[in-house]
Order: sequence, then structure tokens, then C-alpha cells
Amino acid sequence: MKSRFAHFAKKEFLHIFRDTRTLIIIFGIPIVQLLMFGYVITNEIKDVKVGIYDPAGDYLSQELITKLTSSGYFIPELIITSEKAIEPALKSGRIKMVISISPQFAQKFYKDGVASIQLITDATEPNTASLLTNYASAIINEFASDKGIGSQSTIPFEVRVRMLFNQDLKAVFMFVPGTMALILMLITAMMTSISIAREKELGTMEVLLVSPLKPVQIILGKVFPYIGLAFANSIIILLLGYTVFGLPIRGSLILLLAVCFLFILLALSLGILISTVVKTQQIAMFFSMIALMLPTILLSGFVFPIESMPKVLQWFSVIIPPRWFIAALKTIMLKGEGIALVWKEMLIMISMSLFFILVSIKKFKERLG
Amino acid sequence: MRTILFLLQKEFLQVFRNKTMLPIIFVVPIVQLLILVNAATFEIKNVNLAIVDHDHSSLSRSLISHFEGSPLYTIVPVEQSMEHAVESINANSSDAALIIPSKFEFDTQNGDNPSIQLLINSINGAAAGLINGYSMGIISNFIMNELSISHPVGMKPSTINVVPRYWFNPELKYSHFMVPGILVILVTIIGMFLTAINLVREKEMGTMEQINVTPIKKYQFILGKLIPFWIIGLVELGFGLFIGWLIFRIPIEGNLLLLFGFAAIYLLMALGVGLFLSATATSQQQVMFMAFFFMIVFILMSGIFTPAESMPQWAQTFNKINPLYYFMKVIRMVLLKGAGLKDIVPYIFAISALALGSITLAIVKFKKTI
Repeated sequence: MKSRFAHFAKKEFLHIFRDTRTLIIIFGIPIVQLLMFGYVITNEIKDVKVGIYDPAGDYLSQELITKLTSSGYFIPELIITSEKAIEPALKSGRIKMVISISPQFAQKFYKDGVASIQLITDATEPNTASLLTNYASAIINEFASDKGIGSQSTIPFEVRVRMLFNQDLKAVFMFVPGTMALILMLITAMMTSISIAREKELGTMEVLLVSPLKPVQIILGKVFPYIGLAFANSIIILLLGYTVFGLPIRGSLILLLAVCFLFILLALSLGILISTVVKTQQIAMFFSMIALMLPTILLSGFVFPIESMPKVLQWFSVIIPPRWFIAALKTIMLKGEGIALVWKEMLIMISMSLFFILVSIKKFKERLG
Repeated sequence: MRTILFLLQKEFLQVFRNKTMLPIIFVVPIVQLLILVNAATFEIKNVNLAIVDHDHSSLSRSLISHFEGSPLYTIVPVEQSMEHAVESINANSSDAALIIPSKFEFDTQNGDNPSIQLLINSINGAAAGLINGYSMGIISNFIMNELSISHPVGMKPSTINVVPRYWFNPELKYSHFMVPGILVILVTIIGMFLTAINLVREKEMGTMEQINVTPIKKYQFILGKLIPFWIIGLVELGFGLFIGWLIFRIPIEGNLLLLFGFAAIYLLMALGVGLFLSATATSQQQVMFMAFFFMIVFILMSGIFTPAESMPQWAQTFNKINPLYYFMKVIRMVLLKGAGLKDIVPYIFAISALALGSITLAIVKFKKTI
């Protein structure tokens, strides 16, 4: 009996390992994704091309422009000579901001005590626009207090800011736990649901069902290889985060792996549930895409903080499994806390898995009966 | 020609008869727009702040009331010690903590330069940076209001008045930024992914062989497969645009014809890639993985969330062959800025070249495999 099951599991392993293309992608995705999140997706402002409109042209405005462009944030791409030329320049997308200095800048600054500057930004990218404005304003204000007379005000007390858990504000700290959730979801839930649906679609499921293997054995044999794959992958991601991006593992490694294992089981039970409901691979795919991938990326707090979402979506995120996984990962890895602060998440994950398994058993029986 | 028409009819019938395809084509964009646009926000709307006040002076209370007065901050009650404040950050009940030392008022007035501490949970680095910025803003406001140094007469400092102007999106609405980006993803999924899946399905089911032995020529078969998705892709763009306009009031400043013209070329490119994928893969599962892999890379690099210009140089070089990058640029330029033909000519050339490339590649590969 046991050897029959072992043979079946072996067959499934062979199935997966023979398909080198899929295998490469399964291990390639997390690596590429981590590299992208680590290096490409930044909100950093650096060398942004700006246009300069300076009808004043006096020594003070020149000095200010030099100060702005030597800050490393802005590159003077375009010298604009008339107010009319501002719009087409922004429209063409060549520059993101126009620094427009008012005429008689130096005179107004010293005689009237106030001069003005317009920062015209291309707000089609709203975050970039407000960041650019903030950066430029800070430089201009500093310049004004350097050049102005009698403005050497001292701040009466100091503010010490301490960034907890992630001193350098690295984005990878957010993305490693999220990428793990995404990959584990992809491998376990999606792959299992598709491979079971495939047997159904091609009619081989019927063949398997009339074989001496019990339905439970068939399902277990199907999911067994994926557990191994998923576990190997999560270790690769952790290693990569640790070695390349210096992501710390401050808490207990055993607890961390236990949480990963729980999530893999949860994703598997979800995958099995999907496969009992759908009939074809295409539907299984779209189902997983819409019901699993999108929420995992969007509503789990992976990329976007849950607290910033509208209330309805916040409530909705409670039923998204990866949300609890990511929260537990962050608490263990980055905060270094123990089971006292993650037992709630673990309990939720266990009850979700049980629920999915019960429903799929019921569905499976219905179909047979 | 008549053969192709019959094939087209068959394909359309198949799509419309399929009970899952239709909802996928029309429900997905609505769901995506509604959820993505609302969820995909980097804005900070609420900061839970724990305050530990060791001073209990009128000055410290005034500082606290400055934070209370800001709509952004919710003050979380904690026991008055540093340890409890850190604990509440650990348990995620607060995002940041402000620690006011004892003798704060006394030291400030005597010029002893006391220091207050601001602890911020920085696992989400971007949010931490913003929280820091907002908090410093409130503190410097507090200094201005409560502790401003009186200047001697005639020594009032000169200032520069900075006037920000946000063009094309004066209210800085994030949805105006996201909706066009999501439309690009939608069109790409249809053009690239659905096409590839559809073709491989025929292969996997063995029906491809059956068609090969009929008098239908190969190019007729391929055209019959591609044209429906080309049309569905364009319809989907129009549908998504309509939803975006209806729900999010995204502006349509430019010429829609121009946008659809560009999308038509873009879809040719996407269909080419879909065809190529289907010729390479042997099963639907494979196609899905390959498409997923490529889409993730191309979407993230295209500048959908973060500006492509601030990416490292190698990423910008890569973007020269990233079709999503061009479409992302053009759709935002046309919809939000009202860019005209002459603004997007370079992008049209680029996407046409890519379309030509992908179709050639697909045809070569397709001929080889069959």
C-alpha cells in the first residue's frame, strides 16, 4: 500500500522535474523579483531632469540655481526662455519640473524682504511631484536663511529620530516577506490547482480514481512534491535576502520555518479547494490569478500599507491568507519577537487551512456521489 | 479570405459561449480598477502615535496638542514609559512614539537644549520617511508658534516664497496616475496571455493537429486566432477607459483616436509575443508561468508604481526594449497631459519596431516548431 503511494509521488516528482522550463521559472521568479525590488523599484529622487526659467538672471538667482543643481537631486536639462515654452516642455515629458524664478529676484529679496519662486511640477506622477516640491523647497529655504540677514535662529531643542528595525529605510525589508508569500502562493496553490485540474481536463483523473489508490492518496501524492519545492524556494529567498540585501533574521529561525510551513499547508489546502471546484486548467488559472495573486500582491500589505486603504478593503484584507503570513514574518524576522506576538497569526492560519480542507473534502464527496 | 471569416466567426462564438471567458473579459477590469486603484496607494492617511510625556508642563502639553490637532495623527494611549511605547510599536498598535524628557520646559527656557525622541517603525521605509517628514513639520510649526525668537527691529529676515504648482493633476490624485497604468496591464494580459493560452490549448488538446490536416492554411489559422484578441483588446481598452471615467473621473485631455491608434500597434506587438510563447510552450501551465514571469518583470520596470527615470542606468537601458514602458508613457501623456501626435512620434516608432520584431520572431519560431 505504502509503496504504491510512494510510486505515485515519485511519478509526480518526475513530472515536475522533467519540465525544466517551469522549474527554471519557479526558481528564477524569486531571484529576479528580489533583485528588481532591491534595485529598481525606488522612490528615490536622484538626477531628475528639470527646466529652468530665470527671467531675473542676477547673481542671486544664478547662485540659487547652482545650489539646486549641485544637490544631486536635479539636473538642468532645459533652459526655458519664455513663459509660453513651459507648457510644451512639460507636456513632452522631457522634464519633470520647471523652476520658475520671479523677475528682479535679488532686488526683491534684499529690498522687499520677500522674493518668490514657482515650482511647476508634472503631477501626472503625484508622489514624485510632491517629493520634488518638498526637496526643492527645503533647499530653497535653506538658501534663504543662509543669504538673509539676521535669520540665524537656533532651534531651542533637538529632535532625535530613531528608525526602529530598518535604519537605512531599505525597501527590501518590505519586499522580502511579500515575495515569499507571493512565491509560495504561486507554487503551492496555483500549481497544485492547475495540475489537478489538468488531470480532470485530460480525463486521466477518472483513470486514477478507478485505480487502487484512494482519492486521499491521489491528492497527497499530487501535493507532496510541491511542498518540497515551496520549502526549498523559501529557503533560497531567505538566503538571498540575508546575503545580498543584508536582511536580518532577528528572531528564532525554527519559528520562522514553522510559520513558512504553516503557510505552505494553507496555500496547498486552498489549491486543493480550487481544483475541486473548477473543471479546466484555464479556469483554475484565472481563478488563482484573480482570487490569489492579485489579493496577495495588493491586499496583503506586501507593497501597499493596509492602513492606507479604504476601510472596506481593510476589512476585506482580513480574509486574505498572506496578510497573516506576512505580518508574522515581519514580526519574527525584523522585530525579533517570539511566539508571544505571532500566536494569533499562526492560529488564524491553522484555522483557515482546516476550513479549506473541510470544504474541499465535502466538495470532493459530492462530486463522487 | 472567406476561410478567415469563418474562422473568426468560430473563434468569437467560442469566446462568447464560454461561460468563464466572458466574465473574465468584462468583470476583471472593473474589479481590477476598483481594487487596484484604491489599494495601490502610497499615501499616508493615519499615523498612530504613542506619546510619553515625562514633563507634564504647559510646554509639553502644547507640543502634544499640536499633534492632536493634526488630522493625520491618532494618539494611542500608552503607559507612560519608554518600554511601553516601544512595546506598542512592536505589537503594531502604534507606528511611532514621541518621548518628551522630564524638565523639557525648564531646559528649553534656560537654553540647555534638551532632546525629545521620535521612534518610528521603519519596516516600511517609504512610510517611515513620510512620517518623519510630517512629524518634523509639526514640530517646527510648534517652535514657530510657541518659541519664536523675537527679532530686533529692522532685522526681519528675508524669505523666499515658494509657490508649488501641480500641473495636469492639481489635486495630486493618485487614481489619475494608477488608472492608465492598470489599463496597460489589462490590454497586455488580453493580447499576450489570453492569445498564448488559447493557442496552446489547441496544441494540448490535439486539435491543432486536426486543423493542420484540413485545407485551412497556417496563416489563415493564425490570423483567425489573433484578430479576435486584437479586437477584444481594443474593446477592453475602451471599456476600461469608460469605467475609469465613470468612477474615477480620470481626465481625457488628448485625442482618443491617437490613443487607440497607438494601442492597436501595441496589441500587434503583444499578439506577436503571445504567438511566440505559444510556439515555445507545450502546456497551458508552462505558458502561464512564462507569461507570469515576463509580465512581472516588464510591468515593474515599466514605471507603473515608480518613475522609470529614477531607476538605475541598466534598468533604463532595458526599458528601451520594454513595450509596456512606451505604452505606460503614452497613455499617461495622452490622457492626462493632452499630448498630441508630435509629442509621441518617437514612441510610435519605438513600438512599431518592437511590434515588427516580435511578429517576425513569432513567425520564425512558429514555422520551425510545426
